[in-house]
Amino acid sequence: MLEISSAEWTAVLLSLKVGVVATLVATPFGVAIAWLLARYDFWGKSILDALVHLPLVLPPVVTGYLLLLTFGRRGMIGGWLAEHLGLVFAFRWTGAALACGIMSFPLLVRPIRLSIEAVDRRLEQAASTLGAAPWRVFFTITLPLALPGVLAGMVLGFAKAIGEFGATITFVSNIPGETQTISAAIYTLTQVPDGDAAAMRLVLVAVAISMVALVASEWFARRATQRLHGV
Amino acid sequence: MLKVDVVKKLGDFSVEVKFTSAGRVTGLFGSSGAGKTSLINMIAGLLKPDRGTIAIDDDVLDDTAAGIHVPSYRRRIGYVFQDARLFPHLDVTQNLHYGRRMNGVAYHAADLDRIVGLLDIGHLLARRTGQLSGGERQRVALGRALLMRPRLLLLDEPLGSLDAARKAEILPYLVRLRDEGGVPMVYVTHDPNELRRLEAEVVMLQGGRVVAFGGVEVLPAVTPFSESRDGGPGVGEHLLQ
Repeated sequence: MLEISSAEWTAVLLSLKVGVVATLVATPFGVAIAWLLARYDFWGKSILDALVHLPLVLPPVVTGYLLLLTFGRRGMIGGWLAEHLGLVFAFRWTGAALACGIMSFPLLVRPIRLSIEAVDRRLEQAASTLGAAPWRVFFTITLPLALPGVLAGMVLGFAKAIGEFGATITFVSNIPGETQTISAAIYTLTQVPDGDAAAMRLVLVAVAISMVALVASEWFARRATQRLHGV
Repeated sequence: MLKVDVVKKLGDFSVEVKFTSAGRVTGLFGSSGAGKTSLINMIAGLLKPDRGTIAIDDDVLDDTAAGIHVPSYRRRIGYVFQDARLFPHLDVTQNLHYGRRMNGVAYHAADLDRIVGLLDIGHLLARRTGQLSGGERQRVALGRALLMRPRLLLLDEPLGSLDAARKAEILPYLVRLRDEGGVPMVYVTHDPNELRRLEAEVVMLQGGRVVAFGGVEVLPAVTPFSESRDGGPGVGEHLLQ
């Protein structure tokens, strides 16, 4: 009953790969956008804010379909990327990572934005008088002080990426070994006779991954918060 | 030689200040809301004057007519804030070296030893900033500003958040700094006794204007501005938050 088959392992490892890649690639963008939203007033700010949050409110199928239109082989961006960079998203695990990255983006950005807003601007001023140019202030003061929020955002984003289903299956389908993540595999197993035991095994794995991620984020956040209080 | 001739409007309040000081210590004296912090922030480059010039010797830092505004990180002016503003994610040693590193000043053990000795902070080097007392924080902040080898040191009520005993603990270090530091200082305070101890050249401010200038004899015998910290920040300070 608890013997995990190699096909199930494939789905688990693929999910981890998709989740890790989606989170790592999305994080720099998330930090940059969080910083823009936290620190600047500019024309179109509310539009950018709405765009970032759009995947949270749109039906995932809609997001997946829009991804297919733009990043598919004949899509505006997808066609260009495939031709010039050899980067193909359609029906590949990279497409699953893209879908997961976009779906988890609002959850990634929010804690980072809040933690950047909470950084004491007076410390940044102090760094500036000590000779730090703005970009060095960001990397030596702002970002380290916002680290608990960055980690929290990454863990939330990762958890969301692991659980993503609708946009992924719409965009890159459900191909074992290529785009079939845990969620898609569980869904498939529930559609076939005697898939129950295998589905249950994958459910347990999904619960375990989520728990580990949550505990790890708590631990990181606590350590980082201690650092910020200078003890 | 510090030359300041600036105009800055901050809401309903305006700062219009002109003075030239060649003293080792220039004291900016006045009650809260007199424009001291706005003025010192302009010297630091954190606040841009609407009109006017700021220069150290022949080096022009601000000249609005010529479109010159050197950003704070290129001024090499050390700034010790009332609240120290040590970086909480760095330990004391890392804080001390921050300005030196950012300015690309090579590490000289002798420099560090001299400043650590002057401020008596050797036993604090391995500590986290959260484990320091108020007076210790101010001494570390002073050391951090000095290690970047500033050409001018700004001190904004460095004793303002300390009780009388702590003040008495820090003042001798400031006198030593004046005599051995080799860096001219601009010292902001509402306490005439601190300026007397430092034998400062006094710029007395009131309502954003200079009302008196000269030696410590221009200071009032007793404090005319009984500053209460719970009275809230001054106008300029409020706008800078």
